[in-house]
Amino acid sequence: MTRPRHNLWAVAVLLMLAAGCARSPSPWGLHDISGLMPPLVFTLHDGSGHIRHAYDFRGEVVLLYFGYTHCPDICPTTLASLVSATRRLGAAADRTRILFVSVDPARDSPAVLQRYQQAFGPRVTALSGTPAQLRELTRRYRVSYGLGKPDADGRYEVSHSSAVFIFDRDGAARLLATGTDGAGKIATDLKRLLDG
Amino acid sequence: MPGMRMTAATLLLLVCCGAAAAAGLSARHAWIRLLPGDLPAAGYLELVNTGADSVRLTGAQSPGFGTIELHESSEQSGVARMRRVERLAIPAGGTLVLEPRGYHLMLSGPSGDLQPGERVPVTLEFSDGTRLPVSFLLRDASGR
Ligand SMILES: [Cu+2]
Repeated sequence: MTRPRHNLWAVAVLLMLAAGCARSPSPWGLHDISGLMPPLVFTLHDGSGHIRHAYDFRGEVVLLYFGYTHCPDICPTTLASLVSATRRLGAAADRTRILFVSVDPARDSPAVLQRYQQAFGPRVTALSGTPAQLRELTRRYRVSYGLGKPDADGRYEVSHSSAVFIFDRDGAARLLATGTDGAGKIATDLKRLLDG
Repeated sequence: MPGMRMTAATLLLLVCCGAAAAAGLSARHAWIRLLPGDLPAAGYLELVNTGADSVRLTGAQSPGFGTIELHESSEQSGVARMRRVERLAIPAGGTLVLEPRGYHLMLSGPSGDLQPGERVPVTLEFSDGTRLPVSFLLRDASGR
């Protein structure tokens, strides 16, 4: 399996920040990635086993996060924070969608994905895909993931991106959040995206 | 049935073997994030050491889970990882904090009847052979 590589998006963000110094201050609390990342495109499957495409989610502000369900700490903490951010939008939360893409399809069957997304409420949709589909999507956003060596019990850890990519209702890449961005900060920018 | 065996083993440890209780150590804000099905859970707490000596946390057991490991999460250069650690030190007069995105207990093999809102006993094990029973509050996947 692929070993974790250096993340190019981090470099992209640094370049963007450097460029930003020369321009007027950004109206966004999160990193503005408009024009730096391609629009949302993918073919994956959901918790019912149905094929889902990025265009199924047009009309919603999409928050894209990569993880795996056997991740007891960072993944659920991040998802809970994203859900909390959407809750702060009130009724407008209905126009947001948190896509949790599992990079561990060997353990994350559709049934596991279905149970997992239900634990986080209606804004979260859990998806996964074939290794080829996952490779294509992670490469598109210049993130990597890696499956560790299984221990004696067959358990293994997965390294994955800590980035949350945010797309507007037309599927254009707009903002980048990290795990440490608070729900309030994310909510402010989501509201701005929904209003804009 | 592994869950049953663990329960019996833990009872044996608690009841008969009589390991000394940890002196000068106290726990607070102990809670566990449950995930659905048999997915591993994460445990968090603060351990305060009012004793004169540094102590190391080396492990834990609970009738509610098959195995418990000490873990550390990290997020560096945009990559999130988790790794096992063998021990975590609590300096004399200091506090060890296990919290989301940092150190945590990774509790694998939850017994099927654990419910958010309930409590589960966990016995923490230290390098000096002492043990500390702690009651953990069970929370849902979102930590509520
Ligand atoms: Cu862990």
